[in-house]
Amino acid sequence: MNIIIDGFREAVRLLVTLDDEVLGITLRTVQVSGASTLISVLLGIPAGMLVALNRFFGRGLLISLINFGMGLAPVVVGLAVWLCFSRYGPLGMLDLLYTPTAMAIAQTIIAFPVVTGLTLAAIQGVNPKMRLQMLALGATRGQYFLLLAWEARLGILAAVIAGFGRVISEVGASMMVGGNVRGYTRVLTTATVMEIGKGRFELAAALSILLLLLNFFIVSAMSHLQQRGRK
Amino acid sequence: MNSVLAAKDLRLVLKGRTIFTIEELTLRGGEVMALVGPNGAGKSSLLLTLALLRTPTHGTILFKGQTVTKNNVLALRRRMALVFQEALLLDTTVSRNITIALRIRGISRSEAAARTERWLERFGIIHLARRRAGQLSGGEAQRAGLARAFALEPEVLFLDEPFASLDYPTRKALLSELGGILQEMGTTALFVTHDPTEIPWLATRVGVLHTGRIIKSGSVREVLGSGFQDRRELSLWPD
Repeated sequence: MNIIIDGFREAVRLLVTLDDEVLGITLRTVQVSGASTLISVLLGIPAGMLVALNRFFGRGLLISLINFGMGLAPVVVGLAVWLCFSRYGPLGMLDLLYTPTAMAIAQTIIAFPVVTGLTLAAIQGVNPKMRLQMLALGATRGQYFLLLAWEARLGILAAVIAGFGRVISEVGASMMVGGNVRGYTRVLTTATVMEIGKGRFELAAALSILLLLLNFFIVSAMSHLQQRGRK
Repeated sequence: MNSVLAAKDLRLVLKGRTIFTIEELTLRGGEVMALVGPNGAGKSSLLLTLALLRTPTHGTILFKGQTVTKNNVLALRRRMALVFQEALLLDTTVSRNITIALRIRGISRSEAAARTERWLERFGIIHLARRRAGQLSGGEAQRAGLARAFALEPEVLFLDEPFASLDYPTRKALLSELGGILQEMGTTALFVTHDPTEIPWLATRVGVLHTGRIIKSGSVREVLGSGFQDRRELSLWPD
């Protein structure tokens, strides 16, 4: 209990004193997880809509794979990305290992199936007759997609929130492909793990509290957007 | 009167089952045709096909003499409107539902606003303009759906059992109102119902569909008989 209280005090102190290192880590966390969420949204929403609206050979298998991907272990993704970008890996020449870019790539792989799978479910939840009505209004394919996204926006925003929540809290992939390099690839989760390893539990608790607060504010903003205009 | 919509040798087969086979069907300008038949007769499938939302397995559809093809289907669809049994309004306000529909068809903002107001007024729901679709009663939602359809100024209006889920007083009021508007506007319409009592309110011509084929067709008087009082007196289709 003391660790939590001390951790909370430490978190307040770090915030109030605007500790440079902690601010840097927090900012990097937002940048890496924000970028990976954004890329996942840009790719995952159209992908989910396309799979939901089209019938093609292997669709059932693809949906199973997307759903399977939603529970993909970050450490496995981290290993796969590490193998790709390691010196002897197929993408080793890009020299991306232990960079924030590699971390964002790994997190995108983690968030993409979450955004795609939940978007797919949200679109499938729209009344099929509503889809016909949209076409009857004379919607082009683009307008049809926009109208559908509007109707399914609660579910789609839930997909975005879930995707962001998954990447901001993961540690395995970031540690493996980022390497927790001070001032470069260190983020709140990897810093927390490191402080625990060093036995600095108060600082670890403080970083965890900062992570929770950051997550809470960002998710609250998205939830506000999601619930706007609803009773 | 000129033909607005015509179908020739139209057939729809789904999963090996023939849904309907229509040798010829013509909808003339200004007429309101009722398509009546029991559940499963193929009425709604035929309506969706004629509304260019379903591709027939075989046959041709002509809109004002122009053959419907893949290339012109969107442009022709934009000259029609469809009202389903459920109002199927977008999750936004009543007025935005109408303006969005008009904007989809490239109508200017000012024209869309004017038409929205005019048709909300016409259907007696101007006071609901800012109400969200989900907060409307069944009757109010259907009025909004009809206002949206008329605001589009369609050359053909399709109505797929639009009153089936409404209670009797609401249905009666809407039938009477819609009948008046259709007559006043001279709108060409195809109206699907399984309730023959609705026909005299709206239709000028009737087609009876049974197991995917039109088994009777003619004026309301010819098909229903002059002494039509109650659906129980009718035997429009075999049991």
